[in-house]
Amino acid sequence: MQKNLRLHYDISGDDYTRAGEASAQLKQVLRQLGLSSSIIRKVAIAMYEGEINMVIHANGGTIDVEIDSACISLVLRDTGPGISEIDLAMKEGYSTASENVRSMGFGAGMGLPNMRKHSDYMKLESTPGVGTTVHMKISIGEE
Amino acid sequence: MTIAEIVDILDAKVLSGEELLARDVHSACGSDLMSDVLAFVKDQSVLVTGLTNAQAVRTAEMMDIICIVLVRGKIADSGMIELAKDRSVAVLQTQHSMFAACGLLYERGLRGGGKSHAKKS
Ligand SMILES: Nc1ncnc2c1ncn2[C@@H]1O[C@H](COP(=O)(O)OP(=O)(O)OP(=O)(O)O)[C@@H](O)[C@H]1O
Ligand SMILES: [Mg+2]
Repeated sequence: MQKNLRLHYDISGDDYTRAGEASAQLKQVLRQLGLSSSIIRKVAIAMYEGEINMVIHANGGTIDVEIDSACISLVLRDTGPGISEIDLAMKEGYSTASENVRSMGFGAGMGLPNMRKHSDYMKLESTPGVGTTVHMKISIGEE
Repeated sequence: MTIAEIVDILDAKVLSGEELLARDVHSACGSDLMSDVLAFVKDQSVLVTGLTNAQAVRTAEMMDIICIVLVRGKIADSGMIELAKDRSVAVLQTQHSMFAACGLLYERGLRGGGKSHAKKS
């Protein structure tokens, strides 16, 4: 790849059936760029979990993706309720998801741990009442 | 085995993906928790589940799963089939329970595959 590729996605907060569409689109782009399937898988999982979180916990938001020759950077921003105890939220199994969300197959409390596991760098910033921003980087190149 | 063989083994109805029946599948997973699928699945191509919504298809799409088996005769949401057709994911419906469906496929040689399958503690 010669120059950096920047992509922006607006994530709607009121349509659960569309949650994941942005991740599916990015996955398509990465395929066209010819990235390896294991890198694509990592990005897809990390972004999809983040996208779902935005929809189910924060009423939507935005995702900015930057791809250069060394890595794929994702920035997920929302103006939802925020997370007061980040350490707790990062624990496997911790979830405040509603019954409705659980009935859709989410709410296992695995999303954030999964995002950490599949990214090479992750930073979660959140202020209760203001919103949440998640930064993730996945390196291309070495597997 | 092929998706067509799964249809046969589970006496299943094809709700979407007739054109995918000849595709080969090597391993499967069974779960109603999408985050678990996202966390632990590795290169499985079949998802056996009780979830009947579009998110099951989205999750499949992320994980390169090409066939979803709905157990206990569950009715797929209209949004699920629509999305599955669009994304080329086969959706099958069987009257068998999750336990029986997984057992029957296992008996016929389909395995869990991936690392989670043989995890030692
Ligand atoms: N963008 C967000 N805004 C507000 N709260 C969030 C956000 N993302 C996560 N959280 C909080 O952190 C908790 C843990 O998130 P995590 O993604 O790990 O699990 P979950 O979404 O509840 O379930 P799963 O991801 O397994 O479906 C959530 O239950 C929620 O309380
Ligand atoms: Mg989550």
